[in-house]
Amino acid sequence: MLVLRRWIQIIASVLSNAYWLFPFTRGMYQGNLKAVCVPGLNCYSCPAATGACPLGALQNFMAGVRPSLRAGHQHLGLYVVGMLGLIGSLVGRMPCAWVCPFGFLQELIHKIPSRKFEIPTPLTYMKYVFLGLFIFILPLLVVDGFGYGTTWFCKFVCPAGTLEAGIPMILLKPELRDLIGLLFYNKLTILAVFFAWMVLSRRPFCRVVCPLGAIYSLFNKYSVFRMTHDPDKCTHCQTCYFDCPMGVKFYEDPNHYDCIRCLKCLQESCRFGAISYEFAGVPTPKPVKKGARSISHTG
Amino acid sequence: MAVKKRKIPFLLMILFVTLLVLGINLGEVSSVLEKATKLCLSCIGIG
Repeated sequence: MLVLRRWIQIIASVLSNAYWLFPFTRGMYQGNLKAVCVPGLNCYSCPAATGACPLGALQNFMAGVRPSLRAGHQHLGLYVVGMLGLIGSLVGRMPCAWVCPFGFLQELIHKIPSRKFEIPTPLTYMKYVFLGLFIFILPLLVVDGFGYGTTWFCKFVCPAGTLEAGIPMILLKPELRDLIGLLFYNKLTILAVFFAWMVLSRRPFCRVVCPLGAIYSLFNKYSVFRMTHDPDKCTHCQTCYFDCPMGVKFYEDPNHYDCIRCLKCLQESCRFGAISYEFAGVPTPKPVKKGARSISHTG
Repeated sequence: MAVKKRKIPFLLMILFVTLLVLGINLGEVSSVLEKATKLCLSCIGIG
């Protein structure tokens, strides 16, 4: 299952960034595919990006609500909210584990050997603050003289945008180097901090900051796909917790807001058959146990 | 095989499909395309 997930992560990352002509055109992809939002965090200003970032699109709708209404268009972002809500109500936070390129990157960087640290639980609620403040409230309320807001999360926070768009665009277009200022250095610092944190902790951006993960997480308890826990079989050995890429204690809450449904606990961690999942109320077949490992504390 | 019926996920799906279709009918798809195909310098921390 881990191998399958890795392949799906690779394929999703490549498909989200499949415009490989950018070194020759020195520009970004501008085709019609960009009308569709990708399910993971992937900056649409990345020169190779083939789809739109749902967070960028949502902020743009919030930032442009007033001028849009004045012009007689009711562009409120229903298209993006509907798409994210549909995915969330189907599978909850599963896209974070299977198709998000930035989540994949964090898992790879966390493999760098070092002493590992757990993220304090209160910090994991910060992503809801980022979601409310940077995606909705600030773009909606802080506007210029013409009524336009700005994309606060992209502009001031998003390390994925710096990595996928800011740095490549500066390399592709030398004329942009004159425009680099404090804002860019600030974003580079945020990226560097997160790179270091990714080595030390499991998926820190997903758990502490990501507003997209925060949206999907709201559906974990109400989605068609759900994880299930058998307390009679569970021995609380905590192997699932130590193996979990998000540091979730499955035995405390099988549909925890940070569970990304990677199924690692089901396929590799639990030796006692205490973990399963259901889809539309239909229980899954018994998992293959040959890959289950003995108790390890590797993180 | 026991099937536990839960209505909430399906009601949510109906709600969000409705929002999605409404957004498409309001012309939001072209709005997303327009923004996504233009390089926004301030959005990526330049300028």
